[in-house]
Amino acid sequence: MKYFRLIWSNAWRKKIRTFLTVLSVFVAFLLFALLSAIGFAFRGGVDVADAERLIIINKVSLINPLPISYMSRVAATEGVEAVTHASWFGGYYQDPRNQFGQFPVDPQSYFDMYPEFVIPEEQFEAFKRNRTGAVVGKELAESYGWKVGDRIPIQATIWSRIDGSRVWEFDLEGIFSNDDPRSSTAIMLFQYDYFEEAREFGKGTAGWYVLRVAKGADPVQVANAIDLQFANSPSETKTSTEAAFAQSFTKQFGNIALIVTLILGAVFFTLLLVSGNTMSQSVRERISELAVLKTLGFDDRTVLGVVLSESILIMLLGGLLGLGVGWAVVQGLTKQLGAFLPGIFLSPGAIAGGIGMMIGAGILAGIFPALKAMRLSIIDALARA
Amino acid sequence: MSDILARLKGVSRIYQKGKEKVEVLHELDLEIAEGDFIAIMGPSGSGKTTLLNLLGGLDRPTAGTVTVGGAELSSMSNSRLSRWRSTHVGFIFQFYNLLPVLTALRNVELPLLLTSFNARERVKRASIALDIVGLADRAKHYPRELSGGQEQRVAIARAIVSDPSLLLCDEPTGDLDRDTADEILRLLQVLNREHGKTIVMVTHDAQAAEYANRTLHCDKGTLEAKEAA
Repeated sequence: MKYFRLIWSNAWRKKIRTFLTVLSVFVAFLLFALLSAIGFAFRGGVDVADAERLIIINKVSLINPLPISYMSRVAATEGVEAVTHASWFGGYYQDPRNQFGQFPVDPQSYFDMYPEFVIPEEQFEAFKRNRTGAVVGKELAESYGWKVGDRIPIQATIWSRIDGSRVWEFDLEGIFSNDDPRSSTAIMLFQYDYFEEAREFGKGTAGWYVLRVAKGADPVQVANAIDLQFANSPSETKTSTEAAFAQSFTKQFGNIALIVTLILGAVFFTLLLVSGNTMSQSVRERISELAVLKTLGFDDRTVLGVVLSESILIMLLGGLLGLGVGWAVVQGLTKQLGAFLPGIFLSPGAIAGGIGMMIGAGILAGIFPALKAMRLSIIDALARA
Repeated sequence: MSDILARLKGVSRIYQKGKEKVEVLHELDLEIAEGDFIAIMGPSGSGKTTLLNLLGGLDRPTAGTVTVGGAELSSMSNSRLSRWRSTHVGFIFQFYNLLPVLTALRNVELPLLLTSFNARERVKRASIALDIVGLADRAKHYPRELSGGQEQRVAIARAIVSDPSLLLCDEPTGDLDRDTADEILRLLQVLNREHGKTIVMVTHDAQAAEYANRTLHCDKGTLEAKEAA
């Protein structure tokens, strides 16, 4: 710390140049924060996947439903502790831009399957009692300003009602939350029985099944047993872990992780060139000063450390500012886009990774100028001054 | 008779310039007593600065030994030599060589960063050094806000702040007008007489040399001692 004043003063020797370098670092880490958060949203399901939950979908595709009669057969399969089902409703609220996930479910078995969804007991009971009842996640309720007791009309894009209408109205009976900040609660759940009774087509089917593997049972064996059970039937199944399901779902949007990595790679490569150039110029300009420091007794390692610290300091200044602003923007995005793109989250892992990258980039940008400073011959440098 | 602070014995320094070898110092012997004030004069390229560099541990002799304060400099590692310089020797340059990004006080504090003194103690000692050179009121000024003479005083304060026994001055008045040069030389004389600093000063200026106790003439790599007039 005693060298901090020296390092700080040297870093701001050319104020405009340092400001521009800090600005470029700021932009790079702002982008890093935003892309990390969006990337997290796309792979969010993978990160929070429960290893003991398996998903059964139609072997043809997720769009093709499965007979509701599979429920009891799956439940009877050895190694299955519990099972529930859900379907994709695909509606919107008031405006086609207000899209979010709506799922007709069996309330009791669904909430048993997902204990991470926490709902007040009386609200849950009211939901179960009311056939047109619905519950929504806290994120969604905050997004649209909904409160318990509201009547919410959802315009269906797939499922028309028997009466030909496409407007489904629900009574909001409860709001659930999820303490895991990585998980989104921007969804709506309503009674499957109501959906089944009122829909015009597709009766007797469910979109997919979710099962919990019994303790001690091998998930792979359970998955194989289920798929074997329905082999050669009109609706063959494909059973996979929740993580694998989330991964394959994410891949429908393209390889987001690769895209994010490529963009960030290009940004950080440019950043290294910019900051490396700044440090090289900075060291070149003060060769004689570095020689004076060595004359005063600063040894090679101390000189190396002072120059490297300066490079890391510039990275941390811009980087922490970028991450900070990025975090604030992500908070705003969560409120604005939470329903459309749930799970936007700047994780502690991403923040730690970002800080690691700042230090790493600082070392990379500063190492060659620092080595040059370290190897400086005092006599040659003073003679040139 | 004073004790010997520095001793050069059979010192030669040969530089390789391309394919040519240039002998700057040739089997030089010199003893410097504690509390002495020596001026070294001579034409350019005669080896004056090389001699200063060897005494300050900035350079190593090709042959012979350099001993200062009982320490044999030629055998020290680079890092030990750095540590030794920080406590035993102060350097004063012709062009002051202050760090432009630091105030006078922070420039003077620099050698103390290498010590175990805490921040308060470092500032206290740097302030005392500035007071000794008469610049206590310029502590917060940057080098660009000081005159040449004031900059050199700050450089002198930096040289004495860690209380070294030996001060090495390379043309300390070479960039100053006569009156300012005389002020600086009187200050060096005070440091020599009242603070007991041993001073070796390289100069081209015969009037500057008169402030020293004795003058050595350096020519073609050898020294010729003459008592100052």
